[in-house]
This record gives sequence, C-alpha cells and structure tokens, in this order.
Amino acid sequence: MNLNRREFLRLSGVSAAGAALLLFAEEREALARDLKESRIARAKEVPSVCPHCSVGCGLIGYVREGQLLQVEGNPDSPVSEGSLCPKGAATMQFAYDGVGRPNPLRQLTAKIRRPGSDRWEEIGIEEALDRIARRIKETRDASFVERNADGLVVNRTESIAHIGSACIDNEECYLVTKLMRALGVVYLEHHARI
Amino acid sequence: MPGLGTSFGRGAMTTALWDIPNADVVVFMGSNAAENHPISFKWFLRAKQKGATVICVDPRYNRTASKADWWIPFRSGTDTAVLGGLINYAITHNKFHREYVVKYTNASLLVHPDFRFDDGLFSGWDPEAKKYDQSTWAFQTGPDGQPLSDPTLEHPQCVFQHIKRIYAEYTPEKVSEISGIPVDDFIKFAETVCATGTAGKSAVFVYAMGWTQHTKGVQNIRTATILQMLLGNIGVAGGGIAALRGHANVQGATDLAVLYHDLPGYLGQPTEAHKSLSDFLAKTTTKNSYWENKPKFLISLLKAWWGEHATAENDFCFDYLPKMAAGETYSHYDIFQSILDGRVKGLIVVGQNPAVGSANARKVQAALAKLDWLVVSDLFLNETSEFWKLEGMNPAEIQTEVILLPAAGPLEKEGSFTNTHRLIQWKHKMIEPMGESHSDGWYMVQIGKRLKQLYADSTAAKDLPIKHLVWDYDDPDNPNEFDHLKVLKEINGYDVATGKPVSGFGALQDDGSTACGCWIYSGIYPEEGVNKADARLRAAPNRPDGWTEAKADGSADYLHLGWGFAWPANRRVIYNRASADPSGKPWSKVPLVWWDEAEGKWTGVDVPDMLPVAPGQVHAVGVPGDTPFIMKAWGLGGIWGPLPDGPLPVHYEPMESPTPNLLYRKQGTIPTMKIYDSEFDLFGDPERFPYVATTYRLTEHLTSGVMTRTLPYLAEAFARHFCEIPRELAQREGIRNGDWVEVESARGKVRVQAMVTNRLRPLRIGGRETFLIGLPIHWAPNSGHVQGDITNTLTPQAVDVNVQIQESKVFLANLRKVSVGG
Ligand code: SF4
Repeated sequence: MNLNRREFLRLSGVSAAGAALLLFAEEREALARDLKESRIARAKEVPSVCPHCSVGCGLIGYVREGQLLQVEGNPDSPVSEGSLCPKGAATMQFAYDGVGRPNPLRQLTAKIRRPGSDRWEEIGIEEALDRIARRIKETRDASFVERNADGLVVNRTESIAHIGSACIDNEECYLVTKLMRALGVVYLEHHARI
Repeated sequence: MPGLGTSFGRGAMTTALWDIPNADVVVFMGSNAAENHPISFKWFLRAKQKGATVICVDPRYNRTASKADWWIPFRSGTDTAVLGGLINYAITHNKFHREYVVKYTNASLLVHPDFRFDDGLFSGWDPEAKKYDQSTWAFQTGPDGQPLSDPTLEHPQCVFQHIKRIYAEYTPEKVSEISGIPVDDFIKFAETVCATGTAGKSAVFVYAMGWTQHTKGVQNIRTATILQMLLGNIGVAGGGIAALRGHANVQGATDLAVLYHDLPGYLGQPTEAHKSLSDFLAKTTTKNSYWENKPKFLISLLKAWWGEHATAENDFCFDYLPKMAAGETYSHYDIFQSILDGRVKGLIVVGQNPAVGSANARKVQAALAKLDWLVVSDLFLNETSEFWKLEGMNPAEIQTEVILLPAAGPLEKEGSFTNTHRLIQWKHKMIEPMGESHSDGWYMVQIGKRLKQLYADSTAAKDLPIKHLVWDYDDPDNPNEFDHLKVLKEINGYDVATGKPVSGFGALQDDGSTACGCWIYSGIYPEEGVNKADARLRAAPNRPDGWTEAKADGSADYLHLGWGFAWPANRRVIYNRASADPSGKPWSKVPLVWWDEAEGKWTGVDVPDMLPVAPGQVHAVGVPGDTPFIMKAWGLGGIWGPLPDGPLPVHYEPMESPTPNLLYRKQGTIPTMKIYDSEFDLFGDPERFPYVATTYRLTEHLTSGVMTRTLPYLAEAFARHFCEIPRELAQREGIRNGDWVEVESARGKVRVQAMVTNRLRPLRIGGRETFLIGLPIHWAPNSGHVQGDITNTLTPQAVDVNVQIQESKVFLANLRKVSVGG
C-alpha cells in the first residue's frame, strides 16, 4: 500500500505529534496495526478554527459516537499548517478537563441573581429567556424616543446597551446587530473598541 | 479602523499572511506577533528566511524582538514622532517612489489656500467647542468640480509640500529626544525602511493594540499609511499594513457592525442630521468612487431586515433604523458613563468581561452596580456576571438583577469566523452543547421571537420595526438550533422574487429586488448549498519544506484562493492594482494583477482590485483605470486624510506623560481627546507617578483571562501576575525578583510580583533618564483556576476621538515593595 503521510495518519489514527516518531517506512505497517485501536482510530475528523486570536489557525476535532476524543492543529490549513500555539492547543479544555471529564468551571445552567441577594439561583432557560424579553420590552417602552424636538423620526432607546462579542460567529453577530437595531438600541459595541 | 480607511478606503488589513514572505523589510511596531499572534509569526520568519530584514520597534525586548534582526527600544506613546521622522527622512533623502505618489495618491492635490499648521494646531480649531472646523482642509476644485493638482509636487499648497513642511521638524535629533532612540540607530532604521521606496522593493508594517490603545491611536496608524504610500508599498507583493486583530472574530464582528457607528458592510449608522434615505445617501457617499453603488447595498440591507414592508414608497423602512442624536457618541466607555449618569438601565454582555478588560476597571464595576438588569452570556462565571462579589461591593445594597445564560463553547457550534486578513472560514460543530448551554445565535433568535410575540398586538408606529422584522431562523430539524445557512444566505444576499442567492455584490440592486445583509460578504454563498467559507482547496506546496511560495512568473497559487473566502470578492491583497504601473504592467517583484491587453481585462494571481476599465479610461463612477484605491475619490490614496483630529498626524504626548511636548510648545496632548467627568476619572502627574507604565498580553492568555485562566493547561502554564521592572530601577528601589510590589496610578493600586528584567531599559527622554515598567492584563480576583489583581484598575479612560479607544498602552505609575499581604 502506498500511503502519503496524511492518509497514513488518517487510517492509522495517529496524531500529528505521534507521526514524528514514525521514522522508518518498514515500521509503518507494524505500527499501523498496533495503533489501530488508538484513541482516535476510526474517529470522524471535524474541521474548525481556533477561538482565541485572529490568526485563524485550523483545528481538527476527532469525534467518535458523539464523543470528542482529541483536538489538534489541522495540517491541511494553509494558514497554520497544523501548528497551534498554547492557546489553540488547549481548546479541547473548553469542553473537557481531561479525557471525558467536563471542564468543572463551565456553566451548564441558567442562573439568576436577584436584587439585594448575595447568591445565584437556578432558573430554567425558557424562563430566563422570557424574563429577558420582558425586561427589554419594559425598558424600551419606558425610554423610547420616537421623534426628536424637530419632529424627525429617530426611533431609538438610550436605556439599553449591548456589549460583545468578537468571540462569537459572524452569523451570530449578524443576528445581534439586526435585532438590536430593530429595537432601537444605539449603545451597541464589541471588543474592537478596547 | 479609520486610520486605514481614511487612507486607503477600507479599514482592514491590506495584505494576506501568505504574502508576507515577499517582503524585503518587516517592521513590527505596536505588535508583538511572536507572543500575541504566535502562528502568524511563521509567515514573518519565512520572510526572514528569504532574506528580509526584520525590525522590532518596541519598548520591551519581547519574543518578537528576540527573533528580529534588530530591536529598537523606544518610549511608549511616541510612535507618531518616530514614523514622522521616517517620513521626513524619505522626503529629504529623496527615497520616495515618485511615480506611485504622483499617480496613485492625493499628494499632488492642492489644499485650500487658508490651511495652516501652527505649533501643534491645525487651522479651524475652536477652543470653546474643542473641535475643528475643517473647511480649510478641503481640496481646491476647478469649475468642473474636479480637484486642482500639480503633478510636479512643487506647488506650495499641494499635499506633498504640506507634509514636507510639517515633518521637516521631525529630524533624527528631535525624534531621538522624544522617543529615546539614539540618533545613529534611528538613521540606520530610516535608511533600511526607506530603501524600499522604489519599484520591486517592499516593506510591511505590522501593528496591533500597541498602536490603537492611545489617545491618538488612529493617527499612529495614519502616519504609517502615509509613509507606506510614499514608499509605494501598499497593494504590492510583500507590502502593506498588517493589522493583527485581537480576538478570533474582531474583523467579522466589525464587518457585521456590532458597533454603534456603523451598519453591516461599513454603510454608516444614520444620525439626526439625516432626514431621509436619499439625504443619508447624499451626505455619506464618497463621490467618484466605488461607493457610488452604496444605494444598492443599503436598500438591499433594508430589504433583508424588513422584507415586504420595505418599499420604495416608504424609503424602504429607512426610518425604522435608530438615528443617533447629533454630536453624541455611544461607544464602549460612553456606556459605562451613561449607566453612572442613570441613562442606561439594562445591559446585555455577550462573551466579554468589561469589569476586568476595560480601562479604569473600578469605574466600570461601579457602573454595573447601578443597572436595573444585566444579562451575561458566557461559558464561565466572570467578574462581570459576579461583579456584586468584588471587593468593595455590598450585595445587599445592589439592586441589579443579573441573569446568566450558559453559552455553548467554540467546539459546540457551527458558523464562520473572519480572521485577521479578512479570510472567512467555516467551523463545524464537533459535539453538542454541554448541559443546557446554547449558542449565542440561538439565544438571540429566541429573544427576538419572544419580543415579536410581546409586540404582536401593538399598532404603535414605534413597535413596527420589531413587528415587521424578518426573523425566521428556526431550524426545522432541531429546536435547539437555528438555521445557520439561512443566515449565511441572507448575509450573502438573494433575489427577492426567486429567493435564489446572488452571485456577488455586483448583482445587488437599488430597487428593492434584492436583499443582502452585508454586501462585502456577498459571494460567500453564491448558490444554494455552496458555502465558500467552507471551501478547503489548498494549493499544492512547491517547496520541499512544505509551503507554497510565490513565484516571480505568477505561476503559484500562493494566496490559496480556494481556501475559505476573503472579502471583498475573495480578494486576498486589497488595492492590488498598485502592484502594476499606471499602464497596467506589474512592477512589484511578484506580479499580483495586470491589464491583459489582448483580452481587454484585468487579470492576475489575485482577484484584481479594480473596476473593469482600461488604464487611461475612466469608469462611469469616476474612477480612472490608472488608480488603485477605488473606495476613495478618484481612486487616489489619502496621504491627506481629514479626520476629527487633523488632516495629518503629528506628535502629541500621551494623556499622562513624563515630559512636555518637545515639538509643540502650546499643545502637549492631542486637543481632541475625550475624557469623562466622573469621580473615577483621575489623572496623575510625573511628580507623584514618575514611571511610564505599559500593559500587554502573554501567549498563554487572552485579555481578561476568562477563556484561558479557566483552561487547566493554560492556567498552569502561566499562573501568576507580575510587573516587569528594569534592573536599574529595581536596584534603586531595593526590589528583587519575585518580591511583591504595589503599583499605583491615579486610579488605583494593584499588588503583583516583581519580574526584574533587562528587557526594559532606561531611556533618555528630553535629556532625563526615564524608566518604563510593564504589566500583563490577564488576571482577575474571582474567576479561573488562577487569580490575581486587575491591571485595568490602573489604566485611564482617556480616548481617541475617532474610535474612542483608551490610552492603556501608556500611563504614569509609581511602585513600592511590600511584604505579602502587608
Ligand atoms: S492557535 Fe494561537 S495563533 Fe493560532 S489562532 Fe489560536 S491563539 Fe491564534
């Protein structure tokens, strides 16, 4: 079988780092056999992009049966050619602390801190969203400026502000700007300003 | 970034990372790419490998400096003086690219005869209003409305003569006195950079927050754009200005206008000065440029937002857009001031931690406690969602209701990011969101749906913008998701009648027949089911070490046109028309585009940044086939670039500075800078605060640390907060490595450990020895696996008038040794 390096890695499930160890062609097949059941063997490769700085390095997630097994640099990416800096190399930990153990600091439920309280309380997602929508409407209705002193339609509220984010996707940013503008929000900002 | 936009027409990085290896000289100034954009650094090292001279101009000997041919330390906040010195050097030594300057820029245009610059102030300054009247900054025009010019560049009122005069004062000696760079080092630097002022040579300038976080950040960048145009280095292979963005999607969030002053695709946000759609378009469109098409882009945006309700009769719902109050700004720091003033009552924060990440953090924290309600969406708890737990807060007295939404992590959702060089790449979802978390897009869709319900029965005119909003993004297969491709298609644009995606922004119309959410992204989804952001065609490597290098005959696809999609129109090096001479023949060392005489069209290894018009001809919008900056009037690059703080950048001292302005007697700091009026806005003088402090980032952490101190690998890799202190200063103060020190500014104090270093050196400024100290910004007291004090407790909210970015790269501080906890 005549495999190039990438195909070999794909089939054998060897990580790019592991490939450095595989120096001799005659050892390949034996190693491929041994490593067949390695952690990422037969895993699906899912491409993504590093969520930290704006270089846009490619990530590959190895996923099997809905489980994320490993995240590495994507050697196919012409931006990064498989490299990652420490931040990119740690992206797996947004989900998992170690193999299969969720990052203990992740917030997995909605919470509310009530006025005057010194603690969080759990709240359902649906209830949280209902509450946020009502709060927005209440504040918008109380502050809305439909016309200025000259009678010009200005359709704005100066009592609601939205900050963020340069960490979310383009499609999400688009939804933010569209909804906020429709509400009349003028205080709309993200990280670019700091 | 208006520093780039004013000069070139678009505010984005001008080049692609893949083009950097073509440079002869790489100048890092305001960027520490090796540590803050580490993988980008491979492209700079490749330039070095191919023979480029790499220069790092930075107050600190950082890792970028360690790999450079040459490190030039200087005083933080004096970039304009140094760059102004380079402009002076290029002109006085006749090292500029004359044909480029005459043909491609506005250097030959004549300025109003009453224009003056005197001791740090331009003509038109109104000291009462603290504003410039810009009428004397305008160009002179003939009876046909065309500008008057002198291609010999000799006319005393032409732009070139103005820059020659103004920068004549920026001699190597003056630059040295201000910045601390020894005269000989400066001259060697100037010689090296200015040697690229000829066809076939190029230099690239690389910046990041080191240039923006100043009261004159935009003008720092403007100085570099002027120099680069003089040298003929924009739009050519290996040239340009590389603006390295901080977060993963800063470019995308800016393109899509999650910013108060803009609408998606840089269409501008209307103000009370705009009475109608046509009035807005008339007042905000750059004539004689590609912007003549703006009505098509804006009307298509209004159709995307309000669909069938947007008709020619009602100005396509233009009135539904909020209009900003005249003369008002609504920027990041205005938000916190307005909360303190009782105007803003409710705040939504998505993936950001302003209680730590914003300058003058105590003020931001105090503002949060004044809100009626706060919604935070994040993966982790942070000091913003838990501000009521911070030191000095009494929860019982704080009436703010806080709701925390658990956000889906970056591996748990799909969508696109726009990287620093405008490259848009699609990310696939690896796993389902953990716990009850959801993507921010889904939250937005859900909140929008609820608001539409709440307003469903309203007939009030004020509620129609939300009632009529096109808001239909449910994913039919999954109630926990939204339809990503539907959003992408709307961003791309589609034909209203057929629902078919448009192929690119050239297809957009101003009659309501097309809808488009962000015209510059048009072409990203050109056909149903074709997502160009997800294109993954990498050109075959042509080097044994595995990368694709440019070829002088233009035969290599080294720009990887098949990987992702770069706005606009998948173009990788913007203004690339400048890589060819006025007749259309390549003059850059690697050809990018050229005029193909036989075919009668522009062609090249990149997508030509040019209207379809031959050299010597003029396009219908008024841009000739000879000039490369098609988003600027007549296609001319803006060496002269009127902004609220001046038509040209000049040196001013930072808000807090150890020295008077050594160039202009009357004007110390930039006259237009904005500071706020609150009990928290305090400023210090060099008597009490003798040291120049600067802030920065580290490889292992990102800004306020929420995304990095929460990941065990990174928390462990760089656990502790510190202050970098020059060895000489440490000796004087009796401070040893690892000692605890208290650093104080007029705004507050932090306790950190001392890192005694040779990487910061005493500088001679105005004849006096001056010490610099430095602090990273990533630690906070209540979140993550590792904690520390908030550096931004020290930094001021003194902001640039153009973009309202704070001056956190330089402020005054004092320090003293303390015992732990003592
Ligand atoms: S891996 Fe490092 S350099 Fe690459 S995008 Fe992520 S943070 Fe930036």
